[in-house]
Amino acid sequence: MTKPTVFISRKIHDEALSLIANECDIDLWKHDEPPSHQLLCNRVSNVDGIISNVMDRIDIQFLEVASNLKVISQIAVGLDNIDLVEATRRKIPIGYTPGVVSEVTADHTMGMLLASAHRLSETERWVRNGQWKIAFHPLYWLGSEVHHSTLGIIGMGRIGEEVAKRAKAFDMEVLYNNPTRKPLIEAKFGIQYSSLASLLRQSDFVSIHCPLSEGTRNLIGAREFKLMKSTAILINTARGPIVNARELYLALKNGAITYAALDVTDPEPLPPKDPLLTLDNILITPHIGSATESTRKRMTMIAAHNLLRGIRGDSLIHCANPEALKDQ
Amino acid sequence: MLKPKVFVTRRIFPEALDMIAAKTDMELWEDELPPPKDILLEKVKDCQGILSLLTDELDTEFFKTAKHLRVVSQIAVGYDNIDIEEATRRLIPIGHTPHVLNAATADMAFLLMMASSRRLVESQTFVKEGGWKTWHPMHFLGPNVSGATLGIVGMGRIGLEMATRARGFDMEVLYTDPNRRSLEDEQKYNLKYQDLDELLTKSDFISLHVNLTPKTHHLISKREFQLMKPTAVLVNTARGSIVDHAALYNSLKKGDFFAAGIDVTDPEPLQKDDPLLSLDNCIVVPHIASASFSSRLDMSKLAAWNLLAGLNGETLPNCANPGVYELN
Repeated sequence: MTKPTVFISRKIHDEALSLIANECDIDLWKHDEPPSHQLLCNRVSNVDGIISNVMDRIDIQFLEVASNLKVISQIAVGLDNIDLVEATRRKIPIGYTPGVVSEVTADHTMGMLLASAHRLSETERWVRNGQWKIAFHPLYWLGSEVHHSTLGIIGMGRIGEEVAKRAKAFDMEVLYNNPTRKPLIEAKFGIQYSSLASLLRQSDFVSIHCPLSEGTRNLIGAREFKLMKSTAILINTARGPIVNARELYLALKNGAITYAALDVTDPEPLPPKDPLLTLDNILITPHIGSATESTRKRMTMIAAHNLLRGIRGDSLIHCANPEALKDQ
Repeated sequence: MLKPKVFVTRRIFPEALDMIAAKTDMELWEDELPPPKDILLEKVKDCQGILSLLTDELDTEFFKTAKHLRVVSQIAVGYDNIDIEEATRRLIPIGHTPHVLNAATADMAFLLMMASSRRLVESQTFVKEGGWKTWHPMHFLGPNVSGATLGIVGMGRIGLEMATRARGFDMEVLYTDPNRRSLEDEQKYNLKYQDLDELLTKSDFISLHVNLTPKTHHLISKREFQLMKPTAVLVNTARGSIVDHAALYNSLKKGDFFAAGIDVTDPEPLQKDDPLLSLDNCIVVPHIASASFSSRLDMSKLAAWNLLAGLNGETLPNCANPGVYELN
């Protein structure tokens, strides 16, 4: 009997690869750069499963070509690159990796927040360029205080909660906005529910932790930047298109807010000529919210198990569309 | 009545300068670079008070020359630039500015922990230079902060602030200090006492919070680096020469441990051609732990109060050598 075939869209940990190799023939995309959409579609015409990530567009055209597909296993929590409705209609279960990224993404968020407040990237560049000539000057490089300031969290899911917990350890006031109130989390960490407008008005730091949907696309635009303090710092480690990139550029350029820290961008990756990269008051990291050795290993192992279970016809460890398998 | 003469060695916040100018005959050193030694000695000849910075050398010769001096008020927590024994022998009280910086310094130490482990500077440079072509499961991996073990060397007030923050990240906290904290403190802050070698062997993050003394000079050197885990991160926000910088470079280069983040260096400022600046796994910021408007304003005011109290013959609100009062 021939083994099922799977396409893996990027290099992953060896442990995950060998687990998959036990049961499947692997077609691995070895380049650091992602396959174009056309190349991606060409590679999946016969495959039984795919390990994908946020960069791979899995749309109707893809699903049309991949007519043997039994499972999509994504290494991510977000699934905005996948046409969920179409995949479900075709009874293809979609695996994902929630739960394991919350803590490290919250860590990275706090790191970005602190780095923005203390202007880490500018000061570090200043030192490397040999501009540090005076050992200590009381009025140089004054940044914002993090401890005892106010943080507004947009989206109180698992990651939002972890961020709230960390912020309280820095003695920050925490406000949050979410479609539903979370009384248990309010009580546990001493945080306050707030309307979006009032959160934006009061916060020294605003951090985004909601999923990308049609409701949250461009959630932060011109009107929202106007509500924010001119000393405010915006942090986005969720999804790029939640913030209107053009309006963000203008807000940073015109001083409507003082600084932004982005781990996600729109478009992503950000082209080297993007106007945001001409600004000094921005910190951009390449979508590394979950980039710790142990977390990425756990993510890829879960993705490997999701893939194998899907191919065997078993239920996935974490399935984003359980209704896909209902009638079977 | 003749106002006392004071020399202020650098431009500080106007609020503090106004306080001093109202009560004294003040001379302000306007230059951004510190006054050269000979000028400092010349200026201080007829002064009753001086407001100094870490970069001013107040040695035996200084005190011999400053015959009329009644008070030294330093804008800093530390005073390793001052010959404190000589000052005490001459019954000159030394003012300093402790406490106002504890939270800000702990914030900076945490920032350096997170920036070094999650490779903020390196990954931001990658984005700026056009290297970001895709999300990749294996790029920019670093060690976890959440759930890791933090070793605090020197458990004073800043150390306690570190322990408070560490709790938000579910970290285990080890500490070493010549004086063990009370059992009550150890329980309250969830601290575990260790000797330095054990702490170095067990910790994922090591943060230095000791004063610079002959005993702590090069406290962390080749032998200590070799005790550390290959995945460990070292953070120094205390004083540069607590760490042996030649050994630091060699160990980072060889990969004895993962990365370092330092706010203080030896020498300070660090020269452009310093080998440390050629490393990707070393983040250097220019002694800015206390660089926020509110911290620096508080420091400036506290220094002004210390200076004016000393001129009036009152006990300084914050005195580094209270022995001068006992001798009276």
